[in-house]
Amino acid sequence: MSLKVDGLTVYYQSLRGDVKAVDGATFEIADGEIMGLAGESGCGKSTLGKSLVRMDARMRYVDGRVELDGKELPVWDDRKMNPYRFKHVSIIPQYALSALNPTRKIGTMATELLASRDIPLNGVVDEFKRRLKIVGLPEDVLERFPIELSGGMKQRVVMVLSSLLDPSLLIADEVTSALDVSTQRAVSELLVEFRDRGFVKSMIVITHDLSVLYQIADTILVMYAGKLAEKAPAETVVHAPAHPYTRMLISSLPEVGVRYAEKRLIGIPGRPPSLLEPPTGCRFKTRCPLAFEKCAEEPPFVEVAPGQAAACWKATA
Amino acid sequence: MWRYLFRKVSIYVVTFVVAVSIDWAIPRFMPGDPIQGLLSRMQAQPQASEELTSFYTEAFGFDVPLWKQYLNFWAALFQGDLGLSITNYPIPVTELIMGALPYTLALLVPAILLSFWAGNKVGALAARRKTLDNTVLPMSYVLTATPQMWLGIILAWVFASSLALFPVSGAYGFALQPEWSVEFARSFLHHWILPFSALFLVAFGGWAIGMRNLIIYELEADYSNYLASLGAPTRLVRKYAYRNALLPQITGLALALGAVVAGAIVVEIVFSYPGLGTLTLNAIENRDYFLIQGIFLFLITGVLIANLVIDIAYVFIDPRTRVGMQGGA
Repeated sequence: MSLKVDGLTVYYQSLRGDVKAVDGATFEIADGEIMGLAGESGCGKSTLGKSLVRMDARMRYVDGRVELDGKELPVWDDRKMNPYRFKHVSIIPQYALSALNPTRKIGTMATELLASRDIPLNGVVDEFKRRLKIVGLPEDVLERFPIELSGGMKQRVVMVLSSLLDPSLLIADEVTSALDVSTQRAVSELLVEFRDRGFVKSMIVITHDLSVLYQIADTILVMYAGKLAEKAPAETVVHAPAHPYTRMLISSLPEVGVRYAEKRLIGIPGRPPSLLEPPTGCRFKTRCPLAFEKCAEEPPFVEVAPGQAAACWKATA
Repeated sequence: MWRYLFRKVSIYVVTFVVAVSIDWAIPRFMPGDPIQGLLSRMQAQPQASEELTSFYTEAFGFDVPLWKQYLNFWAALFQGDLGLSITNYPIPVTELIMGALPYTLALLVPAILLSFWAGNKVGALAARRKTLDNTVLPMSYVLTATPQMWLGIILAWVFASSLALFPVSGAYGFALQPEWSVEFARSFLHHWILPFSALFLVAFGGWAIGMRNLIIYELEADYSNYLASLGAPTRLVRKYAYRNALLPQITGLALALGAVVAGAIVVEIVFSYPGLGTLTLNAIENRDYFLIQGIFLFLITGVLIANLVIDIAYVFIDPRTRVGMQGGA
């Protein structure tokens, strides 16, 4: 097992109280697995991803354990996490287009970063150039300022830099969201290539775009309102989802070859609940067409079929 | 690049012409007649007074119409001639200014540069560090809100009058003449500290507050978060934030120059420092048109040149302006 997360709970501090963005997340990622992490905006998927690398100032670790390659990750301690970052666990941030210092040449920034981590430069810089070539960038981007690159180029520079030290786990947060469709495809295929070439052992790909995940992910984890809803192989999630939320999420995607002139595409009615005071029991019950009395109790996240886990009373019954 | 430079320089030339024209006009629209003032100080006989009036009117070129005075002024300006001082007739204005300029520069240049350097360093240090922030920030607010003149008076009262650590006024001891000697240098430094401190402290507060706020903004920027996510030590993250926060501060420096010069003028007056400030006060009191004009001309030119230098320097320190000039990205 590459990554083992057990009961990870992370809240945001706000003036009106704690925002329960990630509540008791428990899952595992195998070596070489690309796990897609999907859900609506504000369901806690980015928070989950970020908390595995670096919590920002408003995030508060509450509970849970994280294990990477059999060793415990001290996610609650910003200082103790530092040696693991970049080398063992790394992130392509959501804001990759503005992640590079605007007043430093990309090469200078990379070498200063590597030097500050006491990483010998000789082999790494050549590897950096080699990998830039793999993602289709000329070597001379190292001599350029970020402002001289297009959005897609910046995205790829950040991808290469984040994975440069061959981390065990790479978290790719909304890497395709800000790109046009053709670049999206190229970038998501690069993620798979990075895994296949062994640049990263396993990966979490965070996105709200299930169609991207279906193309590249081995497994998909669906979150709803800070809780895990379902985790299963990508095929299963798309074709035989167990959780009603997953089912509705899939059915709200348009299909190729179907005209939607006569038939309106159905979304999920209602809005996700506030995470300041989330509903007790199943958090999806207010929007769920299958809800019944039992949903007042919180459903456990358990295996419902081989390789498929879900948190729903209907699925377990 | 050259087009950019040409555009910048043209803007400065236009500004210069307008500023100099206003500079020429202002003393002439001030109430009061300079020649009458000069004569009353001479306490001349009534008969002689009439002749003197016509003599001085001609000597200073007031006998021609205004538009001609204006053109004459520009013509003389290009020959480096700023006219004769009315109060100190017949000493040329240039000579008076050159005598005072070194003292003003000795106050201004170190005050501007040191306060910029120290204020930025201290502000950057204070940002996101609780105890330092809680002491540096309120102190800086008090300093920057203090008028230089008032701070000068307080400093003079505490350190010169009460504690008698420093002299109250002048730029050097009464018994001394300006010369290159250790004795003069020591006396000069001793006199220089208080007026310098008044200028330095007020500017320091402003820079420290500005830098502290900018650093916090930069530390929250995406590139800072990304560096931290890749495990970069705080040292590197702060270094990058400091460099980027310095850019708007440099623009601020260009904008603040005028205010600092004005501050220097009042501080000089407080300490009777023999620089341009004291000279200006005397010139205004005596309606010495040519002297006022000359001093302002120097200040205008100085501020404009400093601004131009900063504008050009900016191109080299911020790659983003360079790209903008090429019309790229």
